[in-house]
Amino acid sequence: MADYIWLIPLFPALGFIINSAFGGRLSKTLVAWVACLALFAAFLSSLAVFVEFLQLPAAARVFERDIYAWIASGELSVNIGFRLDPLSVIMCLVVTGVGFLIHVYSVGYMHDDPGFKRFFLYLNLFVFMMLLLVTGNSLLLMFVGWEGVGLCSYLLIGFWYEKDSAADAGKKAFIVNRVGDFGFLIGVFFLFVSLGVQGVWTMNIGEVSRNAHLLSVPVVTVITLLLFVGAVGKSAQIPLYVWLPDAMEGPTPVSSLIHAATMVTAGVYMIARLNILFSMAPDTLYVVAVIGVLTAFFAASIGFAQYDIKKVLAYSTISQLGFMFVAMGVGAYAAGIFHLMTHAFFKGLLFLGAGSVMHAMSGELDLRNMGGLRKKTPITYWTFFIACLAIAGIPGFSGFFSKDEILWKAFSSSHGDLWIWLLGAVTAGMTAFYMFRLLFSTFHGECRASEEVKHHIHESPRVMTIPLMILAVLSLVGGYVGVPHLLGGDNAIEQFLAPVFGPATQAKAAVNFDIVASAWAASGGGGHEAAMELTLMVTSVLIALIGIALAYLYYVKNPSLPDRFTARFAGLFRWVHNKYFVDEFYEMLFVRGTLKAGAFLLKVADGWIIEGAVNGTAALVKRAGERIRKAQTGYVQEYAFGIILGAILVVGYLIVIPMF
Amino acid sequence: MDVISFKGIVFIASALVAVAASVLMATRRNPIHSALWMIVTFFAMAVIYLLLNAQFIAVAQVMVYAGAIMMLILFVIMLVHMEKGEETVPGQARRPKKTKLIAALITVILCGEILLGALFYNMTGRGGEHPAALVDAVGNVKTVGALLYGQYLFPFEIASILLLVGIVGAVVIAKRK
Amino acid sequence: MFEDNFTWLCYFLSGILFTIGAVGAILRRNMIVVFMCIELMLNAVNLVFIAAGGSLSSMDGSVFVFFIMTVAAVEAAVGLAIFVMVFRLQHTINADELNLLKG
Repeated sequence: MADYIWLIPLFPALGFIINSAFGGRLSKTLVAWVACLALFAAFLSSLAVFVEFLQLPAAARVFERDIYAWIASGELSVNIGFRLDPLSVIMCLVVTGVGFLIHVYSVGYMHDDPGFKRFFLYLNLFVFMMLLLVTGNSLLLMFVGWEGVGLCSYLLIGFWYEKDSAADAGKKAFIVNRVGDFGFLIGVFFLFVSLGVQGVWTMNIGEVSRNAHLLSVPVVTVITLLLFVGAVGKSAQIPLYVWLPDAMEGPTPVSSLIHAATMVTAGVYMIARLNILFSMAPDTLYVVAVIGVLTAFFAASIGFAQYDIKKVLAYSTISQLGFMFVAMGVGAYAAGIFHLMTHAFFKGLLFLGAGSVMHAMSGELDLRNMGGLRKKTPITYWTFFIACLAIAGIPGFSGFFSKDEILWKAFSSSHGDLWIWLLGAVTAGMTAFYMFRLLFSTFHGECRASEEVKHHIHESPRVMTIPLMILAVLSLVGGYVGVPHLLGGDNAIEQFLAPVFGPATQAKAAVNFDIVASAWAASGGGGHEAAMELTLMVTSVLIALIGIALAYLYYVKNPSLPDRFTARFAGLFRWVHNKYFVDEFYEMLFVRGTLKAGAFLLKVADGWIIEGAVNGTAALVKRAGERIRKAQTGYVQEYAFGIILGAILVVGYLIVIPMF
Repeated sequence: MDVISFKGIVFIASALVAVAASVLMATRRNPIHSALWMIVTFFAMAVIYLLLNAQFIAVAQVMVYAGAIMMLILFVIMLVHMEKGEETVPGQARRPKKTKLIAALITVILCGEILLGALFYNMTGRGGEHPAALVDAVGNVKTVGALLYGQYLFPFEIASILLLVGIVGAVVIAKRK
Repeated sequence: MFEDNFTWLCYFLSGILFTIGAVGAILRRNMIVVFMCIELMLNAVNLVFIAAGGSLSSMDGSVFVFFIMTVAAVEAAVGLAIFVMVFRLQHTINADELNLLKG
C-alpha cells in the first residue's frame, strides 16, 4: 500500500473529472453514485493504510512517495509527493469517512435542487483538495490544497449564486481567507529563505522538520506567527472569523462538511504538522493559546443570542476551534487532534441534524418558530440529543474525553496558564447552555410554527437518517480511543500520534516558564497530579451539568424567562445579538477605505494618467498634423522651391562641407 | 596664344549667347517671345556640342528640342490663347520683394555651390575606350549607334516603349470628350 | 591653356544655365514658361554629360544624353497635354490660381 498512497487523493479527483466531463450526459443517480463511490474508495484506501500502520512498529509508520518532479529551479526543487504518517492518516480517515457520510446525506437533501450535479462536482473537488492538504509532503503542495479548499468553499457557499446574500457570503469568505493566506505565504517564503541561508534549500516537510534546529528562536517566532495568521484566517479565529457565520448561506451539507468537520480544521492540522517549529517558539504558542481561548469565549457568548439555528452552530464551531487552538498553544498537540476528530463527528452530526430539521420544517431556520419536533422526527431528535451531550462534555460521550484532555493540559502543561483553563472551563459551561437551548427550543415544548408548516412536518428519508445514526454512534464511541490513564485507559490516540509529536514534547519539557506549573513540579507532582486531574474533570462535568440545567430552566420549565431577561438587559442583548457589531466595524474600517482607494485610483491613475497618456498622444498627433498640413498649399511652384532648397542643402553637404 | 584660338572665340561667343538668351527667355512677359528665345538658346548649345565633338547630339538637339518640342510648346500657347501675353488682372498683386530676395539668394548659393564643386573636384574614374581620335576615325554616329544597339540595347527598347506610352497618353489626356 | 580649361568652362556654363532655369521655374507665373525653364535645366545637364564624356574619352555621355532627350520629348508631350486639360477645366494657366492640390 505504501506505493499506492497517491490513490487516496486520486479517487475524489477522478470523481471530479468524470462528473465534470460526462456529468451533463449522466443521470442524477449516476452522478451521485460516482461521487459517493469515489469517496468510499478513498476511505477504504485510508483504512488500508491505517491497518497497515497498526501492524508496523511505531517508528516505521511513515509512508512517503514522490510521484512527480514539479519544480527544479536552481536551489529550489519541489516534488509532488504524498506523506502518510499517523497524523495524516487520522485526518484522511476523518475527511473521507465523514465526507462519505455527508455525500450520502446530500443525495437526499439536495434531491430537488436544480444544481444537484454541480453540487457533487464541487464536493468531490473539495475532498480532493483537502486530501492534498493533509497528505502533501511539501509546503507548496499543502498550500495548493489550502487554496483549493478555499476556492471550493467559495464555490459551495455561493452555490445558490442567484441569491445576493449567498454570492456576497462567498466573496467575503474568500477575501477574508485571502488575508490569512497572505500571512501564510509570507511565512512559508521566510521559512524557505531562513533554512536556505543555513544551506538547506527545501520545501519538503520532513526535511524542514529535521533541519528546524538550525534556525534561531526569533526567526522561528516570526515564521510561526505568520503561519498562524494563515491558520487564523482558515480556521476562523479572532479577528478573521467573520466569514464563517455568513458561510451558512451555503447548503447545510456544505456547512457540515466544510465548515465543521474538515476545512476549518486545516489551520489546526497545519500547526500540528509543523509542531517542531511551533515548539521552538514558545511566544507564538502563547499567542495561539490566548487567541484560541478568547475566540472560544467570545463566540460562545454570541451563540447565546442567535435565533438562526445554523448561526448558533456556526458560532459553536468557532468556539470549538478555539478549544483546538488552545490545545495546540499549550503543547497538547495530540489532544487537539483528538478534539478535531470528535468535533468532526458531533458537529458534522449537528449540522446534518439541522438540515434534517429544515427539511422537516420546509426550510424554516428561526428557532423561535420551531418546537415540539420531538415526537414527529424521532431519529433526528435522538441523534441531535446525542450530539449535544457529546459537545457539552458529558462523561461517556466522545466530547468529554477530548475536551477534558485539553482543559487538563491547559492547566498543567508548562506552556499552559491558570486563566486559560478558567476561561476554557467557563466557555465549556456556556457551550452546554446554548447547545441545550437550541435542543430544547427546537424539539421540546409547543410547536410555534404556522399551521401550513406543521402539516408538512415529517421525518427525513432513510438516505438522510442513516448517516445521522452512524455519526451518532461515532459521537458516542469515538472518544474511547483517547481514554486517559486516569480513568484506566491507555490513551491510545496519544500513543498513536507520539511519533509525530514526540520530539515536540521534549522541546516542551525544555521550556518551563509557568510559575504554577514549576511550583507544582517542585512539590512532587506525581500522585498529586492524578488527584488534580480528577478534580478538574469533576469540575468541568459539574459546570456542564449546571449549563444544561439552566437551559432546561429557561427553555422548558419557564419559557418566559428569556424574554424577561432580554427586556431587563436590553442593551447587553442588543450588543450580543448583533455580534458586537464587528462586521460593521470592519465594513467601516476596511471595506469603505478600500472602495474609496479604488475610486481614487480610477479617477486619477486610470482617468488622468493612463487615459491622459493615450488620449494625449492622439491629440498631440492630431495637432501636429494640423500644423504640418499648412505646408501643403497646393501651389506647385512652392513644391518646386522645396525641391530646389533640398537640392542646395544636399549638394552643400556633399560638396562644400568636406572642402573645409 | 591658344587662349584666343578659333575654338575659344566660338565657344565664348556661343556661351554668352546661350546665357543671354536664357535670361531673356526667363524674363519675357509674352510667352511667344520666351519660346523664341528658347530656340536661340538651343541653337547656341548645339554649337557648343559641336565644339565638344558630339556631332550626333548637336543635330539631335536641333531636331528634337528646337524642332519638335518648341513647336509643340508654340502650338499649346496658341491653344490656350496666350499669344498676346499675360493680361495683368487688376486685383492681382506683383510678386513681393521678399520673393525676389529669396530668388536672388538661391541663385547665388546654387551657382556658387556648382562652381565650387567644379573647381575643386577632379574628375576621377576610369577612362573610357573611345578617345577622340578613334571616334573621329570611325565616325561619331556610327559609334553611338554601335553602343545603342550593343551595350545599351535594353534601355533603348525601354525608351521606345516609353515613347509609345507617351504618345498614347498624350492623346488620351488631351482628347475632347 | 584654354584647352586645359575647356571642360571646366563647360561645367561653369552648365551651372549658370541650371541656376537660371531653376530660378525661372519657381518665380514665373505662366506655367508654359515654367515648363520651358525646366527644359533649360535638362539641357544644362546634357551639357555636363557631354563635357564629362569628352574629358573621360567615353561615349557613354552621348548615349546618356540621347536617352535624356527621349524622355524630355515624352515629358513635353504628356505635360503639355495636361496643361491643355487643366486650362479647359480652370480656364487659366496662372500658377497662382492653380491650387487644387491644397490640403
